[in-house]
Amino acid sequence: MKFDKPAGKNAIDQLKVVGKPIDRIDGPLKTTGRATYAYEHQIAETKPAYGYIVGAGIAKGRIEAIHQTAAKSLPGVIGVITASNAGPLKTGRFYADRLLAGPDVDHYHQAIAIVVAESFEQARAGAALLRVDYVKSKGSFDLKKAGASATILNPGRPSTAATAEVSSFEDGFKSAPFKLDEIYTTPDQSHAMMEPHATIAKWDGEKLTCWCSIQQINWGVRDLANILGIDPKNIRLISAFIGGGFGGKGTVLSDIVAASLAARLTGRTVKITLQRTLMFNNTIHRPATIQRLRIGADADGTITSIGHESLSGNIPRGFAEYTTTSTRTLYAGKNRMTQLKLALLNLPEGAAMRAPGEASGMMALEIAMDEMAAKLKMDPVEFRIKNDTQVHPENPKRTFSTRLLVECLQTGAKKFKWESRSKQPRGKEEGDWLLGMGVASAVRGAPIMKCAARVRLSNKGIVTVETDMTDIGTGSYTIIAQTAAEMMGIEINKVVVKLGDSSLPESPGSAGQWGAASSTSGVYAACVKLREKVEQMFGFEPGTAEFSDGKVSVKNKKYSLSKAADSGELISEDEMTYGELSREFAQDTFGAHFVEVAVNKYSCEIRVRRMLAVCHAGRILNPKTARSQVIGAMTMGVGAALMEELVVDTNVGFFVNHDLAGYEVPVHADIPHQDVILLEDLDPTMSPMKAKGIGELGLVGVAAAIANAVYNATGVRIREYPISLHKILESSYNLEENN
Amino acid sequence: MENDNRLKLSRREMIIGTTAAISAIAATKLTSIEAGESNKIALADVSFVVNGKKQHLALDTRTTLLDALREHLKLNGTKKGCDHGQCGACTVMVNGRRINSCLSLALQHEDDNIVTIEGLGSPDKLHAMQAAFIKHDAYQCGYCTPGQICSAVAVINEINSGIPSHVSTNLNQSPILNNDEIGERMSGNICRCGAYSNIVEAITEVASKAVKKAR
Repeated sequence: MKFDKPAGKNAIDQLKVVGKPIDRIDGPLKTTGRATYAYEHQIAETKPAYGYIVGAGIAKGRIEAIHQTAAKSLPGVIGVITASNAGPLKTGRFYADRLLAGPDVDHYHQAIAIVVAESFEQARAGAALLRVDYVKSKGSFDLKKAGASATILNPGRPSTAATAEVSSFEDGFKSAPFKLDEIYTTPDQSHAMMEPHATIAKWDGEKLTCWCSIQQINWGVRDLANILGIDPKNIRLISAFIGGGFGGKGTVLSDIVAASLAARLTGRTVKITLQRTLMFNNTIHRPATIQRLRIGADADGTITSIGHESLSGNIPRGFAEYTTTSTRTLYAGKNRMTQLKLALLNLPEGAAMRAPGEASGMMALEIAMDEMAAKLKMDPVEFRIKNDTQVHPENPKRTFSTRLLVECLQTGAKKFKWESRSKQPRGKEEGDWLLGMGVASAVRGAPIMKCAARVRLSNKGIVTVETDMTDIGTGSYTIIAQTAAEMMGIEINKVVVKLGDSSLPESPGSAGQWGAASSTSGVYAACVKLREKVEQMFGFEPGTAEFSDGKVSVKNKKYSLSKAADSGELISEDEMTYGELSREFAQDTFGAHFVEVAVNKYSCEIRVRRMLAVCHAGRILNPKTARSQVIGAMTMGVGAALMEELVVDTNVGFFVNHDLAGYEVPVHADIPHQDVILLEDLDPTMSPMKAKGIGELGLVGVAAAIANAVYNATGVRIREYPISLHKILESSYNLEENN
Repeated sequence: MENDNRLKLSRREMIIGTTAAISAIAATKLTSIEAGESNKIALADVSFVVNGKKQHLALDTRTTLLDALREHLKLNGTKKGCDHGQCGACTVMVNGRRINSCLSLALQHEDDNIVTIEGLGSPDKLHAMQAAFIKHDAYQCGYCTPGQICSAVAVINEINSGIPSHVSTNLNQSPILNNDEIGERMSGNICRCGAYSNIVEAITEVASKAVKKAR
């Protein structure tokens, strides 16, 4: 089915199941420990061997020798895999990193060897006995220094976020009566999902099956085939449950390559999990940025020029962090300029983490907006509303399909009692605590991708949906079941959903906040076909029957849906593809974040007291799971604002704090009750579902809202994330002396 | 540390081939793949009760309680998130108190009574906390969830037993069940999906019902 004109009324609009806050259908499995994640599959008739990955102890250089005698003589050790016996390996097509080092080492903790043994304990002991001789070479580890020789991307990769200029930015900025010109920095961040990357690999002749933890199954098959040099048809990936991803499990990483190689070379089924301490340097991360924001405005608060330049670093062939994306769409302003620079670094690879580009870009832009509002003596909410635009700022002919940014800001301000905020920084106290409120806008693109699905109707009236879509905690199982139930006119408990298996019809997987809208649209297409088959069975004209309460009817003729499968299961498969609507309309999701913080007068400890997100993201397929996506993202935003930072040792060239004790993420005590308002919205330009994604929108802007609240509480403006208390303490503004 | 385990160190032969079978489809020469010369390792016997069932295991002495549960008893509900006691995903209850099962060796648990997420309830017969987690959508990816639920059940017991926490205002009075107490006591269980706000609501609901029952 091709979607090429805006959707009219359809079966989804009944909203008997879709749009309801239904409990996750996988809840009983997850809450009782019965959901099976990658490392946990029991493979019939095989006793798996265990692999343990050894990471490089240098950041850049060459391996002279890996001494293996001691390891190999340990009881239970089956073998050691290194580049010298692994065979030729290529890289994948998304991540640039080589997933097994040797002889060259490209970054710290890059996999250099896999020790395979009969037990986990034996493999680990074997790994500890490997001795490696390295020849170190010099590397580039300091983003600021490397920036001097950075390349300006034009058009860059991805091209949509390349250098762009509208009108004349420099002239416009020079002549503006009110100006802001500041530098903001964001640190390297880690996905730090709870389930480490893990794979069980098994070969049957040429056929390779991997039980793994990969968000995009289709990319996984493609990349693994490319890396191992085998036919993608011979690969089957299974990721039925994924213990969190946030972009950190987009496609193939070292665990799956290591397990596949180890299984091939030992003839055993091999299971490998990346040990937590390797994850931070071995895999990918959100790269650090140094961003310059310039905003020029008239006295009435009209932005006349806006410029955003951004520097990030990466390994050769790695992406730039495209932080300027939001700046190009969010606010009006005649003169505009954005520019991305990419420096060469020999740190681990930087790649997509939840709302890549937008999350880090908005950490800077939305502080800049707060600072500009202060210069103009305008309310930060009013300043944002003043500069709203209903057409794309770079191309006025392109309108937003739906854009309720102003409503998000106004609704939030009212609900949050924004009017009680002190207009002056450091204007509100409560005992030892300074109180402040902050706001930020949110914007995130609403991509939608081709997705296929298969649906089966049994004579028991059970509808089974099959697609290789994944559920990384987003609620895919549930919203897909809701979609099929709505389309076929049955209750949700009559739907079975099978996901995360490359032998099923291809989906675009979980990424870029496209999963929900894309996968349910694919299921919609398959269900339309199934409905036609059912109608045919009952002698109805296609598209005329009503599917409701388990019955199929035209006027006074009514049959049970299950009866259509009396003479055999009905199976339909289709995919939803897309025309030009996404070019014609700017399709985005919008929101507003409001935060109240308390900062201790003496210790400068920051506590988040209240959080509210107002989101507008097309039809909300399930308000319960959508809300969870948003509160989860808000939590990650608290981490980004206050604690998350991969600390770079610029001498050795690695992330020092590479475990969950050193890389701090929010815990229970850091997070208050969170409120979310989902504005009613339908976007008929997206798909028949009229839905968009929301999982990344919830993160964009949160950190800046917190930074702005800290400023409002203390009068101290921190432009270097994370806003740890020592930065407030060390600032020239001494809280006590100025009191 | 006192250890009353009576370790019977036997040298059992594990039936393991001394040469690895090598797949015919391997693209490269495999001469460097060799088996260890000796496959004899010391195993020690341990017995404990897991979810009401007596278990006897002969384990490599380095095996953690977590790996004994997951790799030997196939109870995969208890999760390995970090293996270093930093994340709480492996939380189980031992003799009624919660511990990180990755931080203790299985052999330390002779005669202990261990309850895992599987022992709390099943999909057909949910524990009240499991049901509350579903109702409040107190999880997303589900990987930290078994640990969160085990911790939550233990936290209510700790508060009811009058065990104070860092945020308890008065050590001479019983701690009150409120968001601060729950947040503090649950902070050893990381949820990267960020379901904290919902988890606290689920725990509060179960706890307030428990209090009503007690009254």
